[in-house]
Formats: sequence, structure tokens, C-alpha cells
Amino acid sequence: MEKPLYSLTALFSTPDALMHAVEATVKAGYTKYDVHSPYPVHGMERAMRLKTSPLGYFALAFGLLGAVSAVGFMTWVTLIDYPLVIGGKPFWSWPAFVPIAFEITVLLASVLTVVAMFVIFFKFPNNSHPLHDTPYMKRVSSDGFGISIQREDPLFDEAGVRQFLASVEGTDIAPVYFEEDPADHGQKLFDLRFVGLLAGVAIVVAGTTYFSLNSLMYVQPFSWMMEQAKQKPQAPSLLFKDGIGMRPPVQGSVARGFLPYAFKGRPEDAGKMLANPLLPTAAVLDRGRSSYLTFCSPCHGNFGRGDSRLAGQFPNPPTLHSEKVRNWPDGSLYHVITEGQNVMPSYAAQITRDNRWAVVHYIRVLQRAHFAKESDLK
Amino acid sequence: MSTAVVDYSREEPVIAGTPTAGEIDAVVSAPLDRLPARTWWIALSVTLTMLAIGGACVGATLWYGLGVWGVNQPVSWGIDIVNFVFWVGIGHAGTLISAILFLLRQRWRNGIARFAEAMTIFAVMCAGIFPLLHTGRQWLPLYLTPYPNQHALWVNFTSPLLWDVFAVSTYFTVSAVFWYLGLVPDLATLRDRTIQPVKKVVYSVLSLGWRHSNRHWHHFERAYLILAGFATPLVLSVHTIVSFDFAVSVIPGWHTTIFPPYFVAGAVFSGFAMVQNCLIVVRQMFDLKHLITLDTLEKMNKVMILTGSMVGYAYGMEFFIAWYSGSQFEMFVFVNRALGPYAWAYWTMVTCNVVFPQLFWFKRFRRSIPLMFVIAVLVNVGMWFERFVIVVTSLSRDFLPSSWGHYVPSMYDIGIFIGSLGLFFTLILLFVRTLPVISLAEIKAVSPGAQPGHH
Repeated sequence: MEKPLYSLTALFSTPDALMHAVEATVKAGYTKYDVHSPYPVHGMERAMRLKTSPLGYFALAFGLLGAVSAVGFMTWVTLIDYPLVIGGKPFWSWPAFVPIAFEITVLLASVLTVVAMFVIFFKFPNNSHPLHDTPYMKRVSSDGFGISIQREDPLFDEAGVRQFLASVEGTDIAPVYFEEDPADHGQKLFDLRFVGLLAGVAIVVAGTTYFSLNSLMYVQPFSWMMEQAKQKPQAPSLLFKDGIGMRPPVQGSVARGFLPYAFKGRPEDAGKMLANPLLPTAAVLDRGRSSYLTFCSPCHGNFGRGDSRLAGQFPNPPTLHSEKVRNWPDGSLYHVITEGQNVMPSYAAQITRDNRWAVVHYIRVLQRAHFAKESDLK
Repeated sequence: MSTAVVDYSREEPVIAGTPTAGEIDAVVSAPLDRLPARTWWIALSVTLTMLAIGGACVGATLWYGLGVWGVNQPVSWGIDIVNFVFWVGIGHAGTLISAILFLLRQRWRNGIARFAEAMTIFAVMCAGIFPLLHTGRQWLPLYLTPYPNQHALWVNFTSPLLWDVFAVSTYFTVSAVFWYLGLVPDLATLRDRTIQPVKKVVYSVLSLGWRHSNRHWHHFERAYLILAGFATPLVLSVHTIVSFDFAVSVIPGWHTTIFPPYFVAGAVFSGFAMVQNCLIVVRQMFDLKHLITLDTLEKMNKVMILTGSMVGYAYGMEFFIAWYSGSQFEMFVFVNRALGPYAWAYWTMVTCNVVFPQLFWFKRFRRSIPLMFVIAVLVNVGMWFERFVIVVTSLSRDFLPSSWGHYVPSMYDIGIFIGSLGLFFTLILLFVRTLPVISLAEIKAVSPGAQPGHH
């Protein structure tokens, strides 16, 4: 089968001869032609009647895109997503955004313009164009100047074009054929098979990496400070003879906030000698209330009336509003919470010293509220 | 005094002689097609050794942490930051040559632009190593980028250090794209020249299928112009932002408004010196003396004397402003630079940067290759010491005498610097053997008779 014709080509020895030939080509009315030279020849765009390249508008659009998105992003971050005061400046410190906005503008404008030129304007990459690997191409890529008039030109007829090229002193006039199907010589970048190949490569590489790093060999590239030369609680240690990492405190050491209780088994003395060290401020009463509701209310009830839901299952817890309790000094209440009394256990382990005193204050509040006088309401 | 009449209405030819396009292709792509010479292997083994030294020191830094470096309070920025600024500065010449001189229609740039751009990219790669190591948590560079994370935190957009991250990474990307854009037509030429099937595939893929079509050149030239237009303010912004790392702080000696222009001039100065050094070797090694001519080198020397004098002016102006400010701390810092414990570094800097380049006022020295090579090396040394003086003297003696200190780099610091030099020259050596060091399309376009006469 005869290969389909793509174009007729002719070579010229000097840029001047090429320029004349191009002017004649335009004059003759050919439109589907191309001019090839190893470097841009000055004035060729005028001779070929090419319109000014619109790439400048592309660059403007990409640059504006970069500027707007950079400023917009920084504005969103500093005003909406995570406002932070930095150096006492306003949140929207626009002068400080100028350098990054400028860099992003330049970045997008230059990279995208080049990509647009190659991919959209030139339909590159395309290595299957019929002109590739022809003797003609080998000449024009080094020192030749050439014109190629394509068959799809409406005025094309092989003999006529041959004659025309000879008349403008073209040499080496030669036909260029399509390698295969003419429909199959365009840009292949978005070809389904190519995109599929890329996707396949991505999946295989990602999968192999994942498998080999996670299953084949366990690699922990960086331990993020999780591995540290320190003794952790409850962990053994080779440093000590008994192999235990945690050491008992030195004899007689006292943990912070845990002074031994001086009135063990001496409730009368406690009542006489102890005074509440805290002032009944709102904060102290809040703490007292919180501890009371957590530890005391299950038996004594939320208001100290001894009416909790445990009533009837135990020996009934007593009310805190009895004559006896109301007349106790603060120290006695503290002593009972600390030591326990009858079936009530000690709460020293559950409630810190200060919070026990706060509970005492809160019980006084409950008592006063229970027997509220007219004057209290004023 | 003889006055030679120069006809300024006629442009000097950029290249010597009238090589044909085919000859240009042959001579530029020759190193790509033959086995490297012995000298190349020797050079590569030297640079790889330097790289290995650096690799070992980086390994020690990763393993033991930053404690192996000489940095400590108060000098927490040591020669790692010096090296960062030094390398970023080296890169600036490449963009200046490829973008700014392009916009100024300086056609002599065509012979050296490709090499200078490659140098930019390699220098920025070397620069990037240092801040990354300096963070001390070298496995967390992601934290430098604003990415959505479970802490709901973002980076601090008002910090000069973050501006630096954006500036340097943008600079690297745009330089690489600019470089690649210029390479595409050359790769297509190589694709059509080569007879080896493997190279053919590689060049075909990299050249994207470029066909030297004038319908494409038309857009290509516009894109090149646009990129040059963007790269010009970009290159000025990058060293400006690097200088903000210092100028935005309150340390005496850093807190000055002269820093941005002063840094940019210094960057171009040191970058030209580095390009000069490399090109002298390359044009000698690969017989490119007619494409990278002595006239081109002389023009570069003129740029060096200009930028060197700007740097010298900045040194003087710093002293004046320190005195004029009336601030005791500022005055002290500058007296301390010239007369204090680091006075040797200061005077090395002044001698190399201000004194020696003045020799270029004489045409005889400007056109002497051995002399310009030596001066360019000295300029590089001087510019390294400039950054050393700025970083170290200011930090070591700031406000409170009780918190003064003295900084001495450890062998690991020095090893990593040697490693970065090794990386840079290794990449240069690989580059000169794998890609055309001169832009084929650009040099053909400026060779005699390449453009049509007036129509």
C-alpha cells in the first residue's frame, strides 16, 4: 500500500533565499505550510503574516491567578482559619505578604506559560510527526532553511507545488509521507493508553513501596523522639540490684500536700485546735461544692439532709443539719472527713487537705441555707 | 595617548571568524560524542572526593546532630548560613546573564548564557543543602511548607525565613524552566545528529518533538521574552529577600536598609567571578575560544569592576551610616569588624573585593586570561568572607559584652563546605559532557550572515 503524502519540502541555502520563498508562498495563496530554520529568523512572522503570539495574555492570566490565590490564601489563614498575633502586628499585615505573593505570581506565570505553550499551542510532546527523522528535518535542525507545503492545503497539487518550489529556487525538493495512519500522528499526552500506563506505574510503585516498607521489612525512618534513654514508670531497670526501676522514697519523706494528720483518734482536740485555713470565697465554695457532690452526696444527699438514694440500704446516714453537727466547730467536721466515724470511712485519700476544708465551708453554706432567716434573703 | 576611533553605529561581531552552522554544531556537540579526556576523569575524581568528604560530614551531622558544628550561642548562624548566602549569590550571575542582558539586547550573552544558567541551577542546589541541615530536624522540611495538617497550624507568612523558602524554591524552579526552555531546540538538534539509538530516545523524549518550525519559534521567542521579563525582578527579589533574613532583625550590623541593593550587587559580583572561572577552563578544554571570545570575557570583567565598586561603596556607606546613626552599638560593630578579633576576615574581604578588581581599569589586565582567572578566584574568596564578616562579627559581639562569644567553625562545618564545592563542580563536569554548553540556536542566530538583510 502506498503511504499517504504529508507534504512537499524544499531547502534553501540562506536566510535571504528563505525569506523570498516564504513571501512568494504567501503570495501564491498557500495557507497550510510551515517554515523551518535552526534558529528564529528575524522578520519571519511578518513574512508569514502570523498574528502576535497571545502568550502574553496567558502569562498575565496565570500571574494574576498566582497573585490572587497567594494573597487570598494568606488572608484566609491569618484572618479566618488561625488568627495569631505575631510581633504585635495586625492580623492582616499585608506588607509582609508582598514577598510571597510576588514569588507565587512569578512562579505560576512562568511555569504555566511554558507548559501552556508546549502542551496547548504546540501539542507537545509529539515525537510521531511525519517530519521527524526525515533528511529534511536533519538539515533544518542544523544548518538548513526549509519550507514544507502540506497536502491538506486547498491549493495543493503535487506537480504544481513541485514546480512552485523549484521556481523560488528551492533545492532537495522531496515528499514527506505519513509513517502510518494520518490520524495517528498527533500529541499522545492525553492518549488513554498513555494515561493508563502512568496510572499503572503509579499504582505498582506505590504498592511495592508500601508493601516493602511495611511488610517485607519494618523500617522506622525517624523515631520522633519516642526512643529515649530514660526510665519510665513501672519499667524494670538494670541499674539497681532489685531490678526495679521505681525507687521507694527516702525514709521520712513527705509528698507535697500530704503532711501527716496530727490529731489521729483525738476528735476533741481536733475540734479545739484546728481552724479553717481557707476563706469562704466563691472559688473555695465552688471547690467545696464539687468535692461534696462527688464524695459526700451519695450518702448525705445533695443538700446534706441524709436523704440520698442509699437511704434504707445501710444504717441511714445522718443529716448534717442536726443540732449536734451545727454546733460542731469546723475542726470536728474536718476530723470526721479525715478520719471517718462509725460506718463512714476516711476520705483523706480521696479529698486533698485543702478540698476537705473547702467541703467544711460548703457544709456551713448548706446549713445556713437550710435554716435561712428573713435577713439572709435581703 | 592614541585615540582609536570606535564606530559605535556598527555592532561588534559576537563570535570570532565565520563558522558555519554545521561547524558550530560539530564543535559544541563534540564533547558529548567522544569519551572524556584523562584530565576530565582526574577532575571528576577530585570533585567526587570533595563530595564524599561533604557526604561524610553531612552523615555525621545527621547522626550526632548539630552539636558537631561550631555553632553555639551567641553565634548560632555559622558558616552554614555563610555558605547558603554565598551559593545563592553565585547563582545570580546566571539569571543576570540569561534574563537581564537578554532584555538589554546584549548579544554577547548568547555564548555564555547556557553555561551561566546551568551554574545558577547547580549553585541553588548547593545553597539549598545548608538551611536544610541548619534546621537540625532534617527530616521535617515539610514543616516549611503551608500544608493542611492535624495541628491546624500554618507557617508564619510574615517571617523573612519563610519568604526565603518561597524565594529560593521559586528561583530554582523558574531558573530550571528557563534553562530547559532554551535547551529544547538544542536537544532537537542533537536528536537529529546522533546515531546512537539510546541517545536518540533520550533526546527525543527531552526535546518533546521540537520541529524547528517558525510557527513555533514565533511563540517560543515570546515565551522566552516573558520568562526573561519575569526572571529579572525575580533575581533581584531573591537576594533582597535573603538580605531580609538579616535586615529585618535588630542585631547591630544587620539592621540596615542598604542590605538589599548591597546583597544583589555582591551576588552578581561573585556570580560573574564564578562564571568567569568556569568558562576560562571550559573554553580551553573544548576548543570554544572562537565562540566564547576574549571580548566576551572582557565585557564580563567590566561588569565585575562595576559591581565590585558598588560593593566597595556599600562597605564605605555602612561605616558612614553607623557613625551617622549615633547608635553606640552600630558604631561599635563596625569598629569591631575592622579592628576586632575577626579583622583578618574583614581585611581579606576588602582586599579581594575592592582592591584587586580595580586592576580591571587597565585594558591590558582586562584581557589577560591568567590574571582575570586569579582575580576571579580572589573575588570568590572575598565574597565568601564578606558573608562571613556579616554573619559572624555581628552575632559574636552584639549588645551585652557579657554574652559575647567567639566562633570557630568545626571540621564538619568546613567539610560540608568542601562537599558543596564538590557537588557544584561535579555537576558542572557532568553538564559539560552531557548537554551543549553553548546554546546552538542562540549562537547560530548571532553568527555573521545568520539574519536576512533588509526587505
